[in-house]
Amino acid sequence: MPDGPSALQLVLSGDPALFAIVRLSLYVSLSAVALAALIGIPLGAWIALTRFPGRQGVIVLLNALMGLPPVVVGLAVYLALSRSGPLGAFGLLFTPSAMIVAQTVLVTPIIAALTRQTIEDLWIEYRDELTAMNLGPLGRVMALIWDARFSLVTALLAGFGRAAAEVGAIIIVGGNIEGFTRTMTTAIALETSKGDLPLAVGLGLVLISIVIVVNALAWSMRRAGERLAG
Amino acid sequence: MRAPSSELPIQFHGVTVTAGGVTILDDIALTLASGPPTVLIGPNGSGKSTLLRLAMGLLAPSRGRVTWGGLELVPPLKRAIVFQRPAMLRRSAAANLRFALRAAGIPHAEHARRIAELLELVGLHALADRAARRLSGGEQQRLALARALARDPAVLFLDEPTASLDPIATKAVEDIIRTVSERNIKVVMATHDLGEARRLAGEIIMLHRGRIVETGAAASFLDAPQTAEARAFLAGELLI
Repeated sequence: MPDGPSALQLVLSGDPALFAIVRLSLYVSLSAVALAALIGIPLGAWIALTRFPGRQGVIVLLNALMGLPPVVVGLAVYLALSRSGPLGAFGLLFTPSAMIVAQTVLVTPIIAALTRQTIEDLWIEYRDELTAMNLGPLGRVMALIWDARFSLVTALLAGFGRAAAEVGAIIIVGGNIEGFTRTMTTAIALETSKGDLPLAVGLGLVLISIVIVVNALAWSMRRAGERLAG
Repeated sequence: MRAPSSELPIQFHGVTVTAGGVTILDDIALTLASGPPTVLIGPNGSGKSTLLRLAMGLLAPSRGRVTWGGLELVPPLKRAIVFQRPAMLRRSAAANLRFALRAAGIPHAEHARRIAELLELVGLHALADRAARRLSGGEQQRLALARALARDPAVLFLDEPTASLDPIATKAVEDIIRTVSERNIKVVMATHDLGEARRLAGEIIMLHRGRIVETGAAASFLDAPQTAEARAFLAGELLI
């Protein structure tokens, strides 16, 4: 093992390079989850409340897409964003924006599929009441999303967990450029292959801690909210 | 107090409802007019709930027509229903009422006053901020009544409003129903509790196997039923 600071020392010393990596990781994953929520929650609610031909197939597909392999998403986004690709003109490849795009693609099906299930279950319970109140489609969707909000937080957490943990997509479209597109997961992959295990372990500890803290925050939010709203 | 509304009379013209090859209601002819409560009685599965859903406009007949004040397809702006198992929104008691007021298009400025009135009417003012789903069965039923009344309905449908409530909770609900009826809101309710029919009904309609067996003023129906089925039901025999 090479000489150098231990994993714990790295984390505790507040190393600026480490801090930048953590910040970029959070920026990319949280942005992706926010975008995926903006797309996935309305999409899931729409599928839950609408009857159309091929709906069963769409639901099966959506559930299957929850398990999209990150490297495949990375490859697809790479092809779309590369110079000769359809979105090449934006020059996004090997930028944090490309990483956000890739993770959004990865997370949207998770949020949409979980939202669809949640909203559909709640709709079965509320259908008679909301129909009797003569509520229009938009009013129904708003009421269902609002009343399902605590379950939807869980869907967002599942999405965040997926985004924060994946390395395959962002290493392809981001390129793991030091100081620019290097995140915790890409750095761990690199440092492990280089043999700098203390740094890799340090980053791994930070990553796990962040995921635990985010989940703990969401959990206590949910508990407090449920106490008030039932 | 209100003037009789254009919702009434509600008329069934040869209404049949079938689902999956089973006839749930068979050739129902019926007029629900303003006046004291109309109570639907009959064993489980006799079609009481389906009849209420038709009258509310939640269900379209397979054959025949339902009219409100002589018109078809009148949106349920002045009708309200309390289901047998009301779904409480995942909000406070007061927020459940606010939601109903907003859905009914009541101006925002009136919400606070109306919520206070409705909670007072059903005796839940002390529980305004309690999560609705944490209320007891009887309290939920009373909140569901208040939520239905938030629409300021001309007709109120109640599907077994006291089923599975204890006597104290039942009395609280029946007192509210009496108050509602005195405010000239037409009450149409289903029950299989004959005691409740006797306490509340002005008019009784008995259903059995999807057909109307007998109708009449409550007193004469209960004291001198005309049909064998009604006599059997009143005598506490099991109608199958």
